[in-house]
Amino acid sequence: MSEVKRAATRQAYGETLAEAGGLYDNLVVMDADLAESTKTAMFAKKYPERFFDCGIAEANMVSMAAGIASTGKTVFVSSFAMFASGRAYEQIRNSIGYPRLNVKIGATHGGITVGEDGASHQCLEDVSLMRSIPGMVVCVPSDVIEAREAVLAAIKHPGPVYLRFGRSAVPVINDTPDYKFELGKGRVIKEGKDLTIIATGIVVESAMEAAKKLAEEGIDAEVINIHTIKPLDEELVIASAKKTGRIFTVEEHSVIGGLGSAVCDCVCANHPVPVHKLGIQDVFGTSGSAAVLMKEFKLDGEGVYEQIKEILA
Amino acid sequence: MDNLELQKFANEVRKGILTGVHAAKAGHPGGSMSSADIFTYLYCEELKVTPETAKDPDRNRFVLSKGHTAPGLYATLALRGFFPVEDLVTLRKYKSYLQGHPDMKATPGVDMSTGSLGQGISAAVGMALAGKMDKKDYRVYTLLGDGEIEEGQVWEAAMYAAHKKLDNLVAIIDNNGLQIDGEISKVCSPYPIDKKFEAFNWHVIHADAHDFDSLRAAFEEAKTVKGQPSLILCKSVKGKGVSFMENQAGWHGVAPNDEQYAAAMEELEKAGEALCQK
Repeated sequence: MSEVKRAATRQAYGETLAEAGGLYDNLVVMDADLAESTKTAMFAKKYPERFFDCGIAEANMVSMAAGIASTGKTVFVSSFAMFASGRAYEQIRNSIGYPRLNVKIGATHGGITVGEDGASHQCLEDVSLMRSIPGMVVCVPSDVIEAREAVLAAIKHPGPVYLRFGRSAVPVINDTPDYKFELGKGRVIKEGKDLTIIATGIVVESAMEAAKKLAEEGIDAEVINIHTIKPLDEELVIASAKKTGRIFTVEEHSVIGGLGSAVCDCVCANHPVPVHKLGIQDVFGTSGSAAVLMKEFKLDGEGVYEQIKEILA
Repeated sequence: MDNLELQKFANEVRKGILTGVHAAKAGHPGGSMSSADIFTYLYCEELKVTPETAKDPDRNRFVLSKGHTAPGLYATLALRGFFPVEDLVTLRKYKSYLQGHPDMKATPGVDMSTGSLGQGISAAVGMALAGKMDKKDYRVYTLLGDGEIEEGQVWEAAMYAAHKKLDNLVAIIDNNGLQIDGEISKVCSPYPIDKKFEAFNWHVIHADAHDFDSLRAAFEEAKTVKGQPSLILCKSVKGKGVSFMENQAGWHGVAPNDEQYAAAMEELEKAGEALCQK
């Protein structure tokens, strides 16, 4: 078997923006002194007249993006997830969300896989914050293939979109011939009948690995990739809840307000089944390599498998 | 318009402000009244925007960064024909298109939704950036409160506007000296405002917010400035036009009761009649 290709979703973000710059001449990209890290520098190099480095001033960047969007442009603003969704939360809500302006928030360095920078830079609340803004689409791609599709879909979607990308290189999992991306539609990666694992972002791979281990023990898990947390593919979630009767959600995010909460909201109202939320359990992150942190927070394949086994026992 | 016509118009704006705020039993009359002459000058002379050109991509734009003074903007827009003056009494009411703070999706002629202080100026900078990017000639104006500039975001915006040499941008500060909790100099003094903006590399012009010759000179000067944004620092009187409201912080966010409303309207009626005698 050939070695699995690995790349960071932020890399695909930058590449796709640079590519889309040639397709859409009304595309504008803004960054807050992190263009090399968020990868918007690729767009900046090709289209300097449509790129604005706003300096270390995220609040101003976001409200400026609203002003630019009001003139008919599609604007991407970028920073680390912490500063995009946290520092500029109220600007996103009031300058972009409320007037439903065509601004996309391309947030990189989401989650604990930021690694060594530690808790101050590991945003575990962004999905929760963004989900609560009316009309905001929230999308967390699982690999570079999905990241590219998400960027292109966000451009086509009129109105605010929050996209979360990661810092660390992750395996490419969507390089299959039948792969199809549709904003707001989840994907069943593996059918199963005993339980459902719903995952988002880079931990979709962990869910797949856990399902493989469970299969070895005769437990047939269904695995669903929910890249779009809002609007949630309720039909798919409900169907799977009906089929397996038990859901595990996996996210590189706080278990408060993220994918797990969205799934709970959905099944509570439609087809109540037990939902176990795997993710960051209401604690801050810490410094360490991405791999070590994934292991420590039990979000790698082994960790997800162990947690599921523990709950089933 | 000549100054007399502008004065008459501004007097009608003040009546519209009080009528809306009185009907709503809530709102911000103080800062709306201090800005009434600025709104008047902008919409009668400077912006040259009409209901027909309100969506024209080449139009001049206005962002009310001090969004709480929406009653002043609404009265001005109504008097300029963007919507019926009779609708001013729906201000702040359920399902009214005249929301408590400006909503660009609801109200004809409103270029940006504002209300959270400090964000409007950034949006205006964004519009000015877009104008430069598209090589358009339109100009962008934004009105801020003097208390509003205590917000850090204002200075992020000021820094970037000057950095990008946005000479198509004019910020106006309504310097009435009062904020909700009292005198701005006592709450968290932003003074010296002119020196601060000069240090941020803006061209600063002083004006009297209630003198149309002064406002005209200031806006004309701003048009001659190249390579930097302009600030028009307008000395004003909060509650201007109604004797018992003038210079009272208490009138920042309180509506007049029936008696006060009648007395205020009578004063403004008399002022209007006096202008007609001229």
